[in-house]
Amino acid sequence: MPDAPGLELIRGEIERDRPGAVLATSFDRGQAALIADPERILDVLAWLRDEPGHRYDFLSSLHVADYLPAEPRFGVHYELINRDRVERVRVKAMLADPGDDALPAIDSCVDLFPTANFQEREAFDFFGIEFRGHPELTRILLPDDYVGWPQRRDFPVGGEPVTFTYNERNYG
Amino acid sequence: MEVERRTLRSKQLSARDMLRGDLEGEDLERYVEERVVTTTFERMQNWARSNSIFPLTFGLACCAIEAPISIVTARYDLARFGAEALRASPRQADMIILSGRVSIKMAPVVRRLYDQMLEPKWAVSMGACSSSGGMFSNYAVVQGADKFMPIDLHIPGCPPRPEAVLYGFTKLQRKIQGNPDQGWRARYDAHGTEEWARGGPRSEPSAEAAAAYEEARELARA
Repeated sequence: MPDAPGLELIRGEIERDRPGAVLATSFDRGQAALIADPERILDVLAWLRDEPGHRYDFLSSLHVADYLPAEPRFGVHYELINRDRVERVRVKAMLADPGDDALPAIDSCVDLFPTANFQEREAFDFFGIEFRGHPELTRILLPDDYVGWPQRRDFPVGGEPVTFTYNERNYG
Repeated sequence: MEVERRTLRSKQLSARDMLRGDLEGEDLERYVEERVVTTTFERMQNWARSNSIFPLTFGLACCAIEAPISIVTARYDLARFGAEALRASPRQADMIILSGRVSIKMAPVVRRLYDQMLEPKWAVSMGACSSSGGMFSNYAVVQGADKFMPIDLHIPGCPPRPEAVLYGFTKLQRKIQGNPDQGWRARYDAHGTEEWARGGPRSEPSAEAAAAYEEARELARA
């Protein structure tokens, strides 16, 4: 993981080659992250993968977090690693909720990292993020006829209320 | 009736005499009293059924470590109760242990396994998860397996000890010896819940399928 000055150096280099692709950086508790423009996420990922001297050429994880009620709401996280130097960097793309049952969309990085295929399907499955250009964006863990995006924070927890004696006595 | 205790040697001798046809009169009476138990055919049949259960080799989640894996080992030894022959096919098994949480994606699979088993068949819901959803009160887990299939026995615990599973198993044996109805639809008054693979819309049977089914039920009643 680059330290805070190293992160700023990386950002400067990307800014030189791909102006405007990185919006900000975040360095918190030793965790370095580049906040990327979601429309240009592939620019950032391709630069980090191919640039000599950096070569973060392995996508170890792609996941999504729902930051409700913050705005923009969804964060797509890309964990990149250079396996020679054992050095990691995190790229975040923040997506706003378009509302009206429309899905927030971002470009698929399957062409850059084939391992993203299943991970993007999982993100679609649980958060309803649409990955544009994904070869087969269908549900992967939940049943195909499932309705809703269950890991979103505004999705009802589900299950059934259980009336325990303790709760009944104290709160009933 | 007072039956005189005899030594093993004298019993062997009288058995030999009986086989030779030499046993007569009072000796023959005494031999029959010692050796023969009269009962009804159903009781004998249910006794045999309850002591020769073939469980399905099937595990859902962490409870599968306790059963069916632990209880067939030498320490707990389900073979003492006549159920050591675990079958890998539901068509050869007559007891299924739901050992763990049933997710909504797994529920149709479990139901299909149960439907493939031959009557008489018994379903045991083991542990809190398969009985009530347990701690998984969420979008992905069925809140109790008896929402989609009949359950003959619930074993509480998280997970139940193997001893608890064995105790539940002996309870199931007593249930079988109590001569319940052998078909689960009759046992749980579930006629009319049949699903039809082919036929009309919304799982309505076709006319031929309904007629064949009614005919089979009449035959079973007769």
